[in-house]
Amino acid sequence: MLHTYPKRVVVIMLVLTAIVAIFPLWGPAVFGAQSDFMMEKMTLMLILALFAMSLDLLVGIVGLVSLGHALFFGLGAYTLALASPAFSPAAIWWMAPLVMLVAALAALVVGFLVIRTRGIFFIMTTLAFGQMLYYFVSTSRHTGGTDGVFIMFRPSVEVGGAVLLDLDNPLTFFYVCLAMVVVGYLFLRWLTRSFFGQVLDGIHDNEHRMEALGYATGHYKLVAFVISGVMASLAGMLAAMQYGFANPSQLGWHTSGEVLMMLILGGMGTVFGPILGAFAYEILQHTFEHLTTHWPILMGITIILAVLILPRGIAGLIIDPPSRASLAKSSPLRWLKPGRAAPASEAVKPAAPAPREG
Amino acid sequence: MDLAFFSVQLLNGLQYGLLLFLIASGLTLIFGIMGIINLAHGAMYMIGAYLVYDLTFRLGSFWLAILAAIPVAIALGLIIERLFLDTLYKRDHLYQVLLTFGLILVLNEAQRIIWGGDVHSVPVPELFSGRIQLTDNLQYSHYRLFVMGVCLALAGVIYWVIRHTRLGIIIRAGAVNRDMVEGLGINVRTLFTLIFSVGVALTAFAGMIAAPLTSIAPGMGDSILITCFVVVVIGGIGSIKGAFWGAILIGMAETFGSVLIPSLASMVIYLIMAAVLLVKPRGLFA
Amino acid sequence: MSATMLETRGLTRRFGGLVAVNEVDFDVRENEIHAILGPNGAGKSTLINLLSGEFPPSEGEIRFQDRPIQGRKAQQIARMGIGRSHQKTNVFPRLTCLQNCQLAARIHLGGVLGSWRSRQRARAVDERALQALETCQLVYRAYTPAAAMSYGEQRQLQIAMVLATEPTLMLLDEPMAGMGREETAQVTELLKGLADTYTLVLIEHDMDSVFRLANRITVMVDGCVLETGPTAQIRASEKVRDVYLGRHQEEVHA
Repeated sequence: MLHTYPKRVVVIMLVLTAIVAIFPLWGPAVFGAQSDFMMEKMTLMLILALFAMSLDLLVGIVGLVSLGHALFFGLGAYTLALASPAFSPAAIWWMAPLVMLVAALAALVVGFLVIRTRGIFFIMTTLAFGQMLYYFVSTSRHTGGTDGVFIMFRPSVEVGGAVLLDLDNPLTFFYVCLAMVVVGYLFLRWLTRSFFGQVLDGIHDNEHRMEALGYATGHYKLVAFVISGVMASLAGMLAAMQYGFANPSQLGWHTSGEVLMMLILGGMGTVFGPILGAFAYEILQHTFEHLTTHWPILMGITIILAVLILPRGIAGLIIDPPSRASLAKSSPLRWLKPGRAAPASEAVKPAAPAPREG
Repeated sequence: MDLAFFSVQLLNGLQYGLLLFLIASGLTLIFGIMGIINLAHGAMYMIGAYLVYDLTFRLGSFWLAILAAIPVAIALGLIIERLFLDTLYKRDHLYQVLLTFGLILVLNEAQRIIWGGDVHSVPVPELFSGRIQLTDNLQYSHYRLFVMGVCLALAGVIYWVIRHTRLGIIIRAGAVNRDMVEGLGINVRTLFTLIFSVGVALTAFAGMIAAPLTSIAPGMGDSILITCFVVVVIGGIGSIKGAFWGAILIGMAETFGSVLIPSLASMVIYLIMAAVLLVKPRGLFA
Repeated sequence: MSATMLETRGLTRRFGGLVAVNEVDFDVRENEIHAILGPNGAGKSTLINLLSGEFPPSEGEIRFQDRPIQGRKAQQIARMGIGRSHQKTNVFPRLTCLQNCQLAARIHLGGVLGSWRSRQRARAVDERALQALETCQLVYRAYTPAAAMSYGEQRQLQIAMVLATEPTLMLLDEPMAGMGREETAQVTELLKGLADTYTLVLIEHDMDSVFRLANRITVMVDGCVLETGPTAQIRASEKVRDVYLGRHQEEVHA
């Protein structure tokens, strides 16, 4: 019932995945000498797709709008950078669990505090906690201040001395990131269709009712917050490997805003939408950067337009494509109003959860 | 820390806190009445500062610059409210966040296009360029005292409006229950436009009078915005009184934090926020 | 006389200056249908909200099966066995009828991690969901999304959801509001049948149903209890007729 989409979604996603996967075959023909650079860009898009997906669990599924998700992304990057030995690669077998553990603990503490708040408070407090870490790492001596920390060696993937994967090889790393996105996607699909996911949907639709039924909604939200944070930290770890450094900007609130934008551009609550959103956002930004040095202004205008005319994002267009007739209808806003399968009267969510009493 | 030094820091903290109050009160009003979270609020602070910088040199007077800049700021608020926010009132906060985030990108970049990426400053106006002798070895800038006075006066006006006028009744009712405002038979559209413009004007004005005290730099609005979020969360959303005490608390905490524990100074206000969330998740004055 | 299941002493709730529920002493006995009557604004819904833990009382005591429950969270109270339905239709429109009931039944799987517990228990829980649908005669709608059902059916689904949580006491806030005559009769029968197994507290405006269903009635006016007693006593009460029935008639005819 929920989270089931038309067949064409599967087809489109498989085709797109295949196109990305065989990039090494067509990349050089299309981009020529720039092919290597483009593959790096693509790797980054995959990493951001993982990041955006993780946020979708919070924003799209549970309905918790976090403006501090970069906290976990940056935490993953910094954990890798600070825990890596200076003159040799770290083993991924303990690095990845360490990153996840640190993120889980941070998510538990931050989550415990922010879950107590609702609506607009949640937005503000997540933003504030994100900035707290931002200011901390950009002023602390141990974290390299505004310069950040460089990572000299990417972690090694070895079993008993035999190298399984060479992450320094851009092609290998590209496929590792692709695999992470696929695994992440399958995990979230499983999660959203499980009973746990159903409870999260219930909280999104009507938290009050879930409480009245007897659900400790706070616990569910906290677990979702932790899962989401851990996924984001893995994306951050990959990003740090890709860039070769951990930098305060990776956990600044502009990063949080951008990933939120990817989510909305792709279509939130659909899990596959954010992947499309991450690619679309990065491609747009790449294009704008080539057009003008003042590209942020174009990005800003795009964001504003997307919010106004495409609130359900690209996924919304795929799930129920606008018919010609509806396109012709007066307002372009009408056919894209948020609120998935809800009846028309409930299609527009109220701006805020109504206060409990009077 | 001797007494003189302490007193100066106390005054600095108070002055900073009062300035924060001007910005945070706009933020909290806009949320309390309109239910809109406006991330571009900090950008308006920046624009206020840049406007005064620009106009001071054009018009040759800080005071004329402020007089000229206020209508510009109000006009900008009107345009934003009518053009963009109008469609967002009934939508989820998420869309408000994103749209106003887009606005930040546009406004920040517009600032770069118009005024460039350099850091600027505005001289303290001559009238208040002196310093007052507090004790033998303790001076304090006239201009800072003036800023405090202006902020306190404005706080007084806001308090009076909220306590003693019909508009104030509506605002108080709206902060508790927004639907009630519509039930009171008020033209909500006009009210929203008014509130938004006033909120924006307050912030921009804060940027204007702060201009001679700070360096005017790109992105100066971002950090102040987040500090004001902390203020509003601590005080309780929609509460002007909360914004006032929250602002004073944060102003003091930040000032003394940077003097007493420089290594943790950037974290202090967030730790305070965390503590408040633990005890009163809806803010101290909600 | 059967044992007391729930009782309140001096229960009071203030909102700012307004006293919504004022010093209410109220008791519910096992296996009875206890109706709360009163004009709009009498504090009926607030009383139910206090009992179900939606918000804490300002003063006073609530005892459920001899344990004090005031100040507990709604979710705890629900799991202790007080199920409630809301005045506004409150089902999950995107889920099917059965899924709605499963969601309700699964509160007994135990906590967040319970979501991934043994299949056997999950099956038992799903069984209960189906039983609830059966009781409410909604089985034929099991796979219909709630959003696609009629208003009356959604109201019934709401009762089914409460049943699925396996309550001992059910608080129903205007279960028949907005229903047609036929549907009302159907739900009246349903509730009557439930009284064998459950204890019911209900707020209802439909006088006919109330007098037909209730064993005892509590009449509330302005936040206070005007009179409590067996249905026959309330039906005959002068006081009630003056204060409430008269006013209610006016309302209806207005």
